[in-house]
Amino acid sequence: MEFSAPQIAHEVLWPAYVVFGAALLGVLAEAFLPRGRRFGGQVVIAALGIVGGLVGTVMVAMDLPSVGPDDVTAYGVTTVGDTVAVDGPTLFLWGLVLLLGLGGVGLFAERRLESGLSAFAGQAAALPGTEAERKASTEGLDHTEVYPLLLFALAGMMLFPAANDLLTLFVALEVLSLPLYLLCGLARRRRLLSQEAAMKYFLLGAFSSGFVIYGIALVYGFAGSMSYAAVAEAVRAGESGSVLMLTGLGMITVGMLFKVGAVPFHAWTPDVYQGAPTAVTAFMSAATKVAAFGATLRLFYVAFGGERWSWQPMLWIVAILTMLVGAVLAVSQQDVKRMLAYSSIAHTGFLLTGVIGLRDSVELGGAEITSLQAVLFYLVTYAFATLGSFALVSVVRDDSGEVTALSRWAGLGRRSPVVASVFALFLLSMAGIPLTAGFVGKWSVFAVAVSAGAWPVVVVALASSMIAVYFYVRVILLMYFTADPDPTKAGSTDVGVGGDAALAGASPSSGSQPERGTITVTSPTRVADEVRVETPSLATVVVIAVCAGVVLLLGIVPGPVLDLAGSVGTFIR
Amino acid sequence: MSSAAPWLSILILVPLVGAVATALLPRGARRDVGTLPRVVGLVVSLATLGLAVALALSFDVDGGLQFAETHTWIGAIGASYAVGLDGLGLVLLLLTTLLVPIVLMASWDSVGGADGRSPHAFVGWVLALEAAAVAVFLAQDVFFFYVVFEATLIPAYFLVGGFGRPGAARAAVKFLVFQLVGGLILLGGVIGLYVESAAAGDPSYLISDLAGLDIATGPERWIFLAFFVAFAIKAPLFPVHTWLADTTEKATPGTSVLLVCVLDKIGTYGMLRFCLGLFPEASQWATPVVVIIALVSIVYGALLAIGTDDLMRLIGLTSLSHFGFIVLGIFVLNTQGGTGSILYMLNHGLATAALFLVGGYLVRRRGTSLISELGGVEKSAPVLAGLLLVAGLATLGLPGLSTFVSEFLVLVGAFVYAPWAGVVAVTAIVLAAIYVLWAYQRTMTGPSPVAGAAADAVTPDLGRREIGAVAPLVLLMVLLGFYPMPALDVVNPYVEDLLTNVGVVDDAPTVPADAADGAGSAEGTE
Repeated sequence: MEFSAPQIAHEVLWPAYVVFGAALLGVLAEAFLPRGRRFGGQVVIAALGIVGGLVGTVMVAMDLPSVGPDDVTAYGVTTVGDTVAVDGPTLFLWGLVLLLGLGGVGLFAERRLESGLSAFAGQAAALPGTEAERKASTEGLDHTEVYPLLLFALAGMMLFPAANDLLTLFVALEVLSLPLYLLCGLARRRRLLSQEAAMKYFLLGAFSSGFVIYGIALVYGFAGSMSYAAVAEAVRAGESGSVLMLTGLGMITVGMLFKVGAVPFHAWTPDVYQGAPTAVTAFMSAATKVAAFGATLRLFYVAFGGERWSWQPMLWIVAILTMLVGAVLAVSQQDVKRMLAYSSIAHTGFLLTGVIGLRDSVELGGAEITSLQAVLFYLVTYAFATLGSFALVSVVRDDSGEVTALSRWAGLGRRSPVVASVFALFLLSMAGIPLTAGFVGKWSVFAVAVSAGAWPVVVVALASSMIAVYFYVRVILLMYFTADPDPTKAGSTDVGVGGDAALAGASPSSGSQPERGTITVTSPTRVADEVRVETPSLATVVVIAVCAGVVLLLGIVPGPVLDLAGSVGTFIR
Repeated sequence: MSSAAPWLSILILVPLVGAVATALLPRGARRDVGTLPRVVGLVVSLATLGLAVALALSFDVDGGLQFAETHTWIGAIGASYAVGLDGLGLVLLLLTTLLVPIVLMASWDSVGGADGRSPHAFVGWVLALEAAAVAVFLAQDVFFFYVVFEATLIPAYFLVGGFGRPGAARAAVKFLVFQLVGGLILLGGVIGLYVESAAAGDPSYLISDLAGLDIATGPERWIFLAFFVAFAIKAPLFPVHTWLADTTEKATPGTSVLLVCVLDKIGTYGMLRFCLGLFPEASQWATPVVVIIALVSIVYGALLAIGTDDLMRLIGLTSLSHFGFIVLGIFVLNTQGGTGSILYMLNHGLATAALFLVGGYLVRRRGTSLISELGGVEKSAPVLAGLLLVAGLATLGLPGLSTFVSEFLVLVGAFVYAPWAGVVAVTAIVLAAIYVLWAYQRTMTGPSPVAGAAADAVTPDLGRREIGAVAPLVLLMVLLGFYPMPALDVVNPYVEDLLTNVGVVDDAPTVPADAADGAGSAEGTE
């Protein structure tokens, strides 16, 4: 067998190079910069790297060649031996994940809420509750590696939706996942919970990766090639319903559904979202879903588009289960991060509803919106609302850190009207109320699903939206119309809620305990358990403001972004 | 008035800008700071009313859709920003813009200030609600309609939850969840319309385009059902009415007026505009069931009203009965019923608003809304008692007051449709007399049932501002009771067009004459 070096189209891949390069530069900076300068240096490298990637994405998008037959609009090139496809949808998703990455850097750089320290552990290797941890804390140590880790994850997220080959898909999956596993375990407070989350995410993630790689092997056995084009060819030429192919597709799907957090592979979501540092949750919940849906769409549309009569029924069931389980379980949540986690599961279901709406271009009316367009738009609306709402959660605090128990958010609307109204805006958008972005998103995915004949799924989607409305409205009610909790009672309600309090009780040496004395140098006259909104750094404020602006603007004039999502054309093959 | 200027957009924008401006006004503890938003709110709402009246004066009753504006909004999904004014819209527009300044005036010192909360939020939300409601009645695009339809809920939610009596927060959640569920059902219908429209070629949400759309029987019925159920929750009809009484019991009287007299009209408005306008065949198919639901609502609402011991709840429940009448008039599909139901929407707005406001005055003076604890008001507060009586008599349809005309027309329509339907509906007149007069007797006459200091406390009569707020309503009720022609002239062409579209051949096209005769002869025999 003869190997020949593949042609690499550097002129379309360079935005990804910039992000990868910035990540590598960050690793070097970690090694060579003096400790005092690392924070500033890393933030600058990360921000510049992402902005460079964004500029590159726009420049590449400007002169993307048109390809394909005349009746199908598609732009882009496949490169590196057809394993990477840089086309319209890819670039749209690149732009989106890079924007979210920029928001993530802004949230990671938050150092005002913890009185000059970041939200990440001083020394991740120090065991919680030990002398070493206390020392790291008093010395003001900081893990500035989080910025290169974020960049690596971002680079993986850029490669993931561009993957046009099963092996590349797997490599991208690992590149994006490994840094996220690490980031989840780095919380400064409630470290046991954070480490448990990281462990859970890693183990389940590794397990699902195993499914993917085994599925890839089976599909290779069926098609004789890893490339999507070849798989698609084999699917078209071969007999329909081949056991080898269907089993392989099923196993790859397990991995993809795990990443997007669809039922029944969702169990990690609430624990990880709750345990991870909130800045990481904000970035991860938004960006991972965007990248993973991009990859899922390409996998299903390009490689297995010819076999959609086999996978659509499966996705019907998964979408129905995901929406119902997410919405129903969110109702009973007492913790705002867990509630948002279950709500994100429900949103996965809505997105899958859009994925089901795939139809051949011949079936589509000329002016009708396409499934891809709807899903891309929904991803934009979901991502910004999620990023913004988790960012807001990080500023509602008491002396022991963030307050995530919902019962203690009572009366927030009276004390901090701005924060409460912005949070209400995000919730209304997630609930899909008109004049917010979420509504148009929901409309689009439901419309394409109905067009494709999946009206039973849409009926379930409407029903789960009704359930979802209840828990979103409940939070707004809590913030605005429930009296402030009695300060003497506040402590006891906190203990009664959620897994973290139970965890703290079970192990008295829990991570947050020793840090309390050193970090909280706030004025002693304040009531210890008072819930308050602290003023975060400018970066966090900007992130929240931009997210709120996007949510509102896309609610009123969704046209330009909807048109952009429509103008990217289809996936190239 | 030149038709070149975008008058209808201005009509939506004025209260909206007023709402934002009110919210931005300076806040503080000083007394005059609290007065400013009230004045601004009143001025803005009066300006809106003035504009609406000016539009009404230049409205050509036979001209169909007027002052229309159409701009592409979201091209990708065929949605436009399209507004226009026709007879139905004009009636509801005038009702809305009339009630808002009245509500602001009636709530002048009862909301904000006294309970320690600044009135900024109340006035701001009321104006926001007005803007959204006006947009609803002007919308000529289904997507735009849906957006503003849902947008009315947010101000309503905050008005109910933020300013009512204890327990208002729960009522607000119940209200919002019911409405949002209805909204999501409607969303299903809206999406269905898009799919049908896209399948026929270019997707468009303009009512004018959709009216010409040929939808297969099956999908048409499903989409009709989605629209009808959503509007039935909004209106409300039995059995999805349970939010109504809770909300009116807990909300402030001003909020109740806006909810029941303006927002709930969106439900019956939607049935006329969309159910009959877009799905004529499905409407005819559904008529028997809808008529039965409407009759159940009429009788059941009246019985519930007789049984309740809370004055504000009682007023809310009478509306259930009245909305039954309106829906009955719409779905009997004849000109008498149609004209009657549109007039009913207007008259019910006037009468029920007066009831809520005067009832609110009373409850505020006595500190209780329980009928069993009220009584003996007549002697110390004759004006209050008199106004409550007039509003009550209008509610029960006394000839000479405006509600009679519309109720009579709906009953005629019901008899034309089927005699048994008319017979069932007529019983409601007796029941209405019971719940109004019995409630009046218990709350106003006799001695106060509470012993001790409270009994001796004389209920102070109404002030000039309070009378001034209700006076326009009473004047209009009397005026339209004796001379309903202006309203009939506006409504009739619309109903004829609508019924032609539905495909109903009507035997009695000379409704105005009938109505005037009916009103006149009934007065004679009284």
